[in-house]
Amino acid sequence: MRLALQEMRRRPGRFVTATAILTLIALLLLFLGGLLDGLIGSATSAISGQTGDVITFSSTSQSSLPSSRVGGAVRSEIAGVPGVERVGGLGVTQVGARVPGRSERDLVDVALFGYELPPAGLGVPPDRAKAYADTSLRAKGVAAGGTILLGPARTPITIAGFVDGLRYGGQGTLWASPETWRVVQAANRPDAASAVDVFQAFVVRGDGSVRAAELARRIDDATRGSTSSRTTAAAADAQPGVEQQRSTFNQIIGATVGVAIVVVALFFALLIVERTALYGVLKAIGARSRTLFGGVVTQAIVVSLLASAIGALLALVAALTVPAGSIPFSLSPARVLGTVALLVLAAILGCSFSLRRVLRIDPASAIGTAS
Amino acid sequence: MNHGRRDTPHTPDDQGTAADSHTALRLEAVRKVYRLGDDDVVALHHADLRVGADEIVALVGPSGSGKTTLCSIAGAILSPTAGRVVVGEQDITEFGESELSRVRRESVGFVFQAVNLVPFLTARENLLVIDELGSRNRSAARARADQLLDELGLADRASNLPSQLSGGQRQRVAIGRALMNEPSLVLFDEPTSALDTQLGEKVMELIRHEMKARGTAAVIVTHDERMTHYADRVVHITDGVLAA
Repeated sequence: MRLALQEMRRRPGRFVTATAILTLIALLLLFLGGLLDGLIGSATSAISGQTGDVITFSSTSQSSLPSSRVGGAVRSEIAGVPGVERVGGLGVTQVGARVPGRSERDLVDVALFGYELPPAGLGVPPDRAKAYADTSLRAKGVAAGGTILLGPARTPITIAGFVDGLRYGGQGTLWASPETWRVVQAANRPDAASAVDVFQAFVVRGDGSVRAAELARRIDDATRGSTSSRTTAAAADAQPGVEQQRSTFNQIIGATVGVAIVVVALFFALLIVERTALYGVLKAIGARSRTLFGGVVTQAIVVSLLASAIGALLALVAALTVPAGSIPFSLSPARVLGTVALLVLAAILGCSFSLRRVLRIDPASAIGTAS
Repeated sequence: MNHGRRDTPHTPDDQGTAADSHTALRLEAVRKVYRLGDDDVVALHHADLRVGADEIVALVGPSGSGKTTLCSIAGAILSPTAGRVVVGEQDITEFGESELSRVRRESVGFVFQAVNLVPFLTARENLLVIDELGSRNRSAARARADQLLDELGLADRASNLPSQLSGGQRQRVAIGRALMNEPSLVLFDEPTSALDTQLGEKVMELIRHEMKARGTAAVIVTHDERMTHYADRVVHITDGVLAA
């Protein structure tokens, strides 16, 4: 291994091409992953940001909030399920908002949520006719203390403050009390108006005695199948279009990893062809094939780590320079680490194609050879 | 058994020890057959050779005579088709690939025709490669490498890459590398083929001096009859048959 690292230190030029190509691949992987996370986050973070363990929809809603209705009777049944600690209603109305400073026809799409159990980053619901706004709405001109007008009824809502990272269906969100939500819904979407005890979903917090999936199963049993309950993460994934987006991006990411494997395989195959004579000599003086192959793997890992580090740095710079709200891009530490792990795995897989070539090098080739 | 003929020994004290009980290499009725398509090609015919503990044997023969095969079998690179091979006190006839690798790491030294130093390592690091591949006693290896470089007159060249050394200096580094594992036998493959006569003479003198000073046996494969007088004994090989 020391020999392999010494070669990289003394002859860095040999590894520049592979590092450069893998850096571009790392950047592409991080960009694709960041876009996927950004898209999913902008579609579902209002759901995944709920602090409950389970979200309960009506059974026919396919986990879509606008299609779901759950009433007071269901709430009572859920509250009686062993393992349930608290139940809170959740509802959403998607409307256009008139924002001060923007023209009359330049509406900003928003999703106004009425909530009982606060999601991550929020406290108890604000007073009537007030709402917390998602920070993404700042870029649209929404300001704390300002009043925006919602929907065709121009229902006034005053911004009480901001909350970070709660988006829904690609829109910025407003978080208000259930009463405020009902007022906005009744005024602007009378067709979808709900009775006082009816919500679109219930956010259920467990007492920790059972796992979330088990709690969801118990709730659906208790309501005799009139509900469809999912863990919070599963409910976010079940939002319309999320699975399709994830699948499409993951296929592109998979194909890109495939390209990385081919690049590493070709690069190290060529490098080993170049080193055949040297490996013959090293084998003749007692090097084991596994020692030589271990050196190749070490070099592949170092190249992929270096490429990942440069790629991550470039992706970070790109993320910081992209204007807020222009594209849904989110680069999380988990995504960076996952991409690094993928590239390292691709590097190991890629150079493993050269194992046979290393094994086949005959130490006898070192004897009787003039050059 | 074919002990070969003693050609022009240097001094009476230097004379070979082939008849001694302690031998560095013993080949008994060694035969090597290669399969080439449907044909069998016999590279070595029942070769018998005994090299004493501090003996220098020159193996002389034309191209294709079996020198390389014999050298490879003696150096634990190839296994014989038949016969017995003993290096030092180890019978390596039945050894598998990993055991043969160990023998090469621990008991045999090689100096190749093209010198074949690792191009990106300094002279000192080229010697330390042996430790890197083997037992990894780093501090002892460093001390031995420094001592060998000093003895070979390369102390001031320890930090030079092979590309910064002359042909003779590279050859000396290669000899140092071959001696790093304190082998019982060093195999020299055409050590003077790329050198002019004057430098070739110097290298042969150096080889003889280093081998005798350490009491290490050597087999020198060469086709250059002018260099054979540095050996204690000359063994000729033609068409896979050894002749003294």
